[in-house]
Amino acid sequence: MTDAPDPHAVHAPPRDLATGRELPAYAAGHDLTLDHLAHHAAVVLQGITAGYDERVALEDVSVAIPTGSLLAVFGPNGGGKSTLLKVIAGLLSPWEGTVTVLGARPRVHARRVAYVPQAEQVDWDFPVTCWDVVSMGRYPSLGPFRGLRAVDREAVGAALGIVGMADHARTQIGRLSGGQRRRVFLARALAAEPDLYLLDEPVTGVDPTTQEDLMEILVAEAARGRTVVATTHDLAAAAEHFRQVLAVNRTVIAHGPSSLVLDEQVLARTYGGHLLVLGGSTVLLDDAHHHDESPRGEQHFHEGDPGAHR
Amino acid sequence: MIEALLAPLGYEFFVRAMAAAALVGLVCAVVGSYMILRGLSYMGDAISHAAFPGVVAAYLVNGPFYVGAAVAAVLTALAIGWIGRRARLRSDTIIGVLFAGMFGLGVLMFSAIPTYVGDLFGFLFGDILGISVVDLVALALLGGLVLLVVAALWKQFLYATFDPLGAGASGLDVVALDYLFLALIATTIVVSLQAVGIILVVAMLTTPAATAQLLTVRFGRLMALAAVIGIGTAIGGLYASYFLDVASGATIVVLQTLLFLAVLVLGPRTGLLGRVRQARTA
Repeated sequence: MTDAPDPHAVHAPPRDLATGRELPAYAAGHDLTLDHLAHHAAVVLQGITAGYDERVALEDVSVAIPTGSLLAVFGPNGGGKSTLLKVIAGLLSPWEGTVTVLGARPRVHARRVAYVPQAEQVDWDFPVTCWDVVSMGRYPSLGPFRGLRAVDREAVGAALGIVGMADHARTQIGRLSGGQRRRVFLARALAAEPDLYLLDEPVTGVDPTTQEDLMEILVAEAARGRTVVATTHDLAAAAEHFRQVLAVNRTVIAHGPSSLVLDEQVLARTYGGHLLVLGGSTVLLDDAHHHDESPRGEQHFHEGDPGAHR
Repeated sequence: MIEALLAPLGYEFFVRAMAAAALVGLVCAVVGSYMILRGLSYMGDAISHAAFPGVVAAYLVNGPFYVGAAVAAVLTALAIGWIGRRARLRSDTIIGVLFAGMFGLGVLMFSAIPTYVGDLFGFLFGDILGISVVDLVALALLGGLVLLVVAALWKQFLYATFDPLGAGASGLDVVALDYLFLALIATTIVVSLQAVGIILVVAMLTTPAATAQLLTVRFGRLMALAAVIGIGTAIGGLYASYFLDVASGATIVVLQTLLFLAVLVLGPRTGLLGRVRQARTA
């Protein structure tokens, strides 16, 4: 985690996200610069290449995820969805590129980030109850020797209530159904009161009621200004529940409102951005002022006023 | 009966041994509770064997055995962790290499001592009745240090054990916690060497915690129960070995194993008998 060269050391000159060209210094405050985006986006990835050992999982990924987004990352298995989340979470250092999370490099604001792993990665025989798991959401904010304070217990109880698991507080996690397990892990994320949710397959393989309930919670969190990034390989769920979608297969294929890639009827209501989908390689967050500079072959999609999202 | 039980308490060496047994039972149970959940039992066995050259080296320079054991065990533990993060080898492979390599080094050094009259048996299987006051104080300090670290970081260790990805993403330094835990295992083993010896110490770490895991689904209770079992079997085994006039470390370990088997068969949660009964009524 500490071996990779610091990507932040080399990003000093502002760059046009569309072309990668360096911008003159006076453009530092301009809409298209990373610095600008870093202040208005929860997550900015620029030119990210990452992988495990020698296997490349992500190549040249550039994307900006605005604050308050409800974004579904979808794509084929092994297409790099989980890797993308791990890079944002700071669990995996990219080989190349720059990551900015909540205005700083990954892990700087880690306590404001909640990450939920895939269900398959959890040891369900582990001797912890639902209450214990949700309490872990509070652990990073507790110092050495400290147990849960009253405020922590309140947050844990509230989170269990929101996901409808208050009656199961004392149940060992292995005795829960698949849907209940996802509820508990979402409750852990809620208890941490994060600004950024990174959820790996939060609604995969659960019953429709659970899916509806969990998505309702995530919609509410996004409406409160929290950023939600969730992977899914369920296209119907992505189209139906999320506001924006990011199609990933080794690199970004498309980024836009769920209607863009999936169902025309489901519109992004809060994300007032606009997207450029480059055939097969990179996604660019552009600005209306720069259409005349668009590279050939781009498609532009606009959703309302760029400044309207909250 | 009571008189017979109190009789050995008249011997100072027995009281010291009992204090050491209780200490070892407690510290091993606390650290072992995390160890079994992290799947590091084999690691514990490796680290204890790796302490052997340190023990022999300490003898050669006439120093206290626990200093040599601590240096060798902690270095090996950290080396296993470090190599595991860099080399593309499975951790059990690395453990296998270092485990045998370090133990071999210990035997080599041991065999090179021409006039050695010490008790190899004591190193390998423990000699709790021979513990000195100075050793007991040193071990109490080391054991206290381990308990202090766990008291400070029990939440962080638990989160990092249960969900390293979630813990790491939320700001815990999981890598540092991993190394620190390896150091805790190594220190615990050093504390336990005189009581049960290099070969059997892994049982002190795993068996009480494993028995407790059969009985409860909450980590806090698991650790408390493991501590009760660890202390109880250590003192019980010591008593039994006194009356039976057999090796005390081995008696403690056998007692723990018997208790584990009894709970496995009779226990309310995983009891095999209960399952047979259920199958019949179903």
